[in-house]
Amino acid sequence: MATATRRKSTSKTRSKTRKAAQEAIVLVGTMKGAFILRSDKSRKKWRMDGPHFKGEAVYALLHDTRGGRSRTYAAANSMHWGPTLRVSDDLGATWSAPADHAVRFPADAGRAVAQIWQIAAGRPTEPDVLYCGVEPSALFESRDGGESWQPNKGLLNHEHQPKWQPGGGGLCLHTIVFDPQNKQRMLVAMSTGGVYRSDDGGKSWRARNAGVRAQFMPEEHRYPEFGQCVHKVVHHPGRPGRLFLQNHWGLYRSDDWGDSWHDIANGVPSDFGFAMQMHPHDPDTVYIVPIEADVFRATPEAKLRVYRTRNAGQSWQPLTKGLPQHDAYENVLRDALAADSFDPAGIYFGTRSGKLFGSRDEGASWTELADGLPPIVCVKTGMVGAGAA
Amino acid sequence: MITLELPNVLCSQNGERSSVLVDDTCRTVGDALRALSGRSPGAHDRIMDERGNVRRHVNVFVNGENIRFLNGLSTPVEGNATITVIAAVSGG
Repeated sequence: MATATRRKSTSKTRSKTRKAAQEAIVLVGTMKGAFILRSDKSRKKWRMDGPHFKGEAVYALLHDTRGGRSRTYAAANSMHWGPTLRVSDDLGATWSAPADHAVRFPADAGRAVAQIWQIAAGRPTEPDVLYCGVEPSALFESRDGGESWQPNKGLLNHEHQPKWQPGGGGLCLHTIVFDPQNKQRMLVAMSTGGVYRSDDGGKSWRARNAGVRAQFMPEEHRYPEFGQCVHKVVHHPGRPGRLFLQNHWGLYRSDDWGDSWHDIANGVPSDFGFAMQMHPHDPDTVYIVPIEADVFRATPEAKLRVYRTRNAGQSWQPLTKGLPQHDAYENVLRDALAADSFDPAGIYFGTRSGKLFGSRDEGASWTELADGLPPIVCVKTGMVGAGAA
Repeated sequence: MITLELPNVLCSQNGERSSVLVDDTCRTVGDALRALSGRSPGAHDRIMDERGNVRRHVNVFVNGENIRFLNGLSTPVEGNATITVIAAVSGG
């Protein structure tokens, strides 16, 4: 991989793109806008355009190829004018108007959406279903491809809801996980609040945090039913019941859809962190970026290291080739680590200091794709062109 | 009529116009801004959140006076008032 070159978006280049073969895309959300990187399948050279939504924080991005679409969703949040969900069918050449696709609480909810933290495509068999996780913690659902959105009432009116408390980033629902086979089952995670699972299509939700530590509670109350500050949960669709969880202190695995959690912080320099990413093809392989501590949110020993397990958390190994190993006081946030679906898989992450790194060999070696971007809060991948859907 | 002046960034939400005339039966700033939702819902939603509050980093002036130092959305307006919406001191 090589540092991305800047590309001015023109109708001529867009026309060429439509005819092009399969391309990899990396969507980068920052505190001051979004950037889109594109490469051919080799992923050696990247072109970058942006910023889209100049000056707005983009915490959530999605490229959705279900149902024959090639649609990009972006959650753009203006400090002045509030959050919007924007949609593009031409990879960011044009975006929908801010008033379209509104994700808003009903007037009687007494709440206002402060930020959209997650945009998730539903199951492949339901191409018009999408979800948004928002701040204050709530789950929105669309059944018409994102045209209209309704809050999930089971969570909106959950008896625990008044006791969910904001973490450092706000009270946000940031993770949405589905059972690909069982349409009745899905799982969400929030900070704070923890993990909640529904087994009845979202009508009701049960806290699923047994074994997950709440370090910030008095010692005798460190394993509550709910209230944990879960930072990210991932799973592999081929083995959906096995979940991996990066906690605000704690690294866990569940083999029973979250009914119980077990510590897997075996050989990591810190079990604090935010980002966690599943390997696209191997259900035993997971990536994380350990962070030293909540009170010092920087990579331990000033070394920027991605850690990978290939045995479902029994052991973790640092991946460092091409990453700075001294004076690197970096932080990688919960949605700023991603994998593409090529084979070998590409792994990408962005830092709060505006550096974007990529690996096209599953993490064995890394290249800096961009530097000097605004603080990166979100990295997502996609594929366009032949065979993308 | 009451005139609502919008910042440039919201003109695209209002048919590229920078102002809206609102019926002078509106008694308060809140009435006038709520009336905007019928004329230009996109602009209204950028100025006010779902709870009906003016967004934190938006300032609203009546005849040059910031309503935060008057009576908020309950600030009375008269028939020839000019309500001006401006982005506050902040940014991304």
